[in-house]
Amino acid sequence: MARSGDIVAATVDLAMAHDGTAPLVIKALKEMGNRRVRDPQKIVLVIDHVAPSASEVSSTLQKEIREFALREGIRIYDVGSGICHQLLPEMGYVKPSSLIVGADSHTCTYGALGAFSTGIGSTDMAAVFSSGQLWFKVPETLGFNIEGNLKTFVTAKDIVLKIIGEVKADGATYKAVRFGGSTVRKMSVSARMTLCNMAVEMGAKTGFVEPDERTLAYLQPRVDGPIEPVTSDPDAEYEEVRTFEVDELEPQIACPHQVDNVKPVREVEGIEIDQVFLGSCTNGRLEDLEAAAQILNGRRVKQDVRMIVVPASREVYVQAMKRGLIEGLIEAGCVVCNPGCGPCLGAHQGVLAPREVCISTSNRNFIGRMGCAEASIYLASPHTAAASAVAGKITDPHSLEDKP
Amino acid sequence: MSKSIIRGKVWVFGNDINTDQMIPGKYKFTITDMHELAKHAMEGVDRDFSKKVSKNDIIVAGKNFGCGSSREHAPLVLKQLGIGAVVASSFARIFYRNAINIGLPIVECKEIAGKVREGSLLEIDLEKGTIRDLDGSQQFKMKPLPSFLLQILKDGGLVEHFKKHGGPTWQNV
Repeated sequence: MARSGDIVAATVDLAMAHDGTAPLVIKALKEMGNRRVRDPQKIVLVIDHVAPSASEVSSTLQKEIREFALREGIRIYDVGSGICHQLLPEMGYVKPSSLIVGADSHTCTYGALGAFSTGIGSTDMAAVFSSGQLWFKVPETLGFNIEGNLKTFVTAKDIVLKIIGEVKADGATYKAVRFGGSTVRKMSVSARMTLCNMAVEMGAKTGFVEPDERTLAYLQPRVDGPIEPVTSDPDAEYEEVRTFEVDELEPQIACPHQVDNVKPVREVEGIEIDQVFLGSCTNGRLEDLEAAAQILNGRRVKQDVRMIVVPASREVYVQAMKRGLIEGLIEAGCVVCNPGCGPCLGAHQGVLAPREVCISTSNRNFIGRMGCAEASIYLASPHTAAASAVAGKITDPHSLEDKP
Repeated sequence: MSKSIIRGKVWVFGNDINTDQMIPGKYKFTITDMHELAKHAMEGVDRDFSKKVSKNDIIVAGKNFGCGSSREHAPLVLKQLGIGAVVASSFARIFYRNAINIGLPIVECKEIAGKVREGSLLEIDLEKGTIRDLDGSQQFKMKPLPSFLLQILKDGGLVEHFKKHGGPTWQNV
């Protein structure tokens, strides 16, 4: 049995790369001596980062990815399918106990479904594509127990921002983070994905929520074959266990330019904003769109503020449409773009200008992240983002005036 | 990396230097030429870094160097500029793996941050696991790399390692 600190070579169950990382995987395979992929069934490629392409260079790279997928017989999810981290769970690729690697740092998201999943770089991914294996250092585990009932307008995003603010950006470096406790048990799969998605923002190798009946209810219509959840051993060793009481938690916000620069929203209320982004692998799911639509129902996005909404996947988009959420958001003044990563990484669909301020439901507020080194990004929940869009300034959703 | 001793001039950086600061994500979708891309290296911290740095220079940083994205372009632009090694109190894990995989020496050394001045000359001996100030005033111990990772670095990265050994060697670790 492997113990934390051991270095092991392991066979990977699923490997994923996207348009931001696949080009260097293809290049590395070529340089390694024109290596072929070992098992195309275990690989998924997704075009989500700049989708549709916004430049000739990007289009050329995407063309290379499509040709590679065709040549090697790999399943590719092209423009409009959605964000890799939403698609893989939706399409039934993620199973509890699977070992999944993705050439993207937010691959840690799938731990919400009980998989062990982590991000790697392109050359590592080339090794996985060609050999089916990779080396891993078995991580220590941090246990974060979240207890209590959340107030209205307080969500998984507020919890995870609060945790990152306390443990800091390197608080879990190289470690696995297990989210447990009564609050997590009551959370939807979607909210658990938000928690695990942000684990990398405290340096973690992966986030993990023990599978339960909610997990199985999500997976059963999606996954072929048996589902074999793994649970923590009763005597599992933790490097540290911490409990976070969330009954009194207020909406949280990560201020520029670090994800661990977290404050209660009320402390920064009133800062004027130019753009709101609702979407990303952190908060672009149906319940996130629902939260924003609920806030915006009967209200409008303030004049001179742009609110960009990007559903995380085609499934999310269609479901939101069927529920009338898209219509409501558009009528409230939002711009709704096709599924994908949207403006999160600063390449298209809402690049910021110098001195502009954006409140975003995504995961990183680093300098230059949304395409401009002189812009400022605040990270918050969909409720807070939508409330801020209405007021034109950073606003705790509890502070919104009653609807006219 | 063919030699295990690296000598170079120090550039000092702080804590939590992230990959968006090293190379903003937007460029990887508009620039594929590594020489052009490297002109933007560390742009989020110091716009002129690429013009000031010379071959074999050494970056000395605080904790959590390379946090953020999995983009391999981050260590690649540093290597393209000729950076000889990055020394930091700690590294983010994906950056750590990426740097080794592309053959950029990285050195974990808890006590060095704040102790060396920008512009001073350092000598790193990867085999011996030591770092010393060339004026002889200070010496530090690094956290040694596991031997199979040191081998990947010595081979010049994972691509060269694969070519040399016909595939991965980590089944033997």
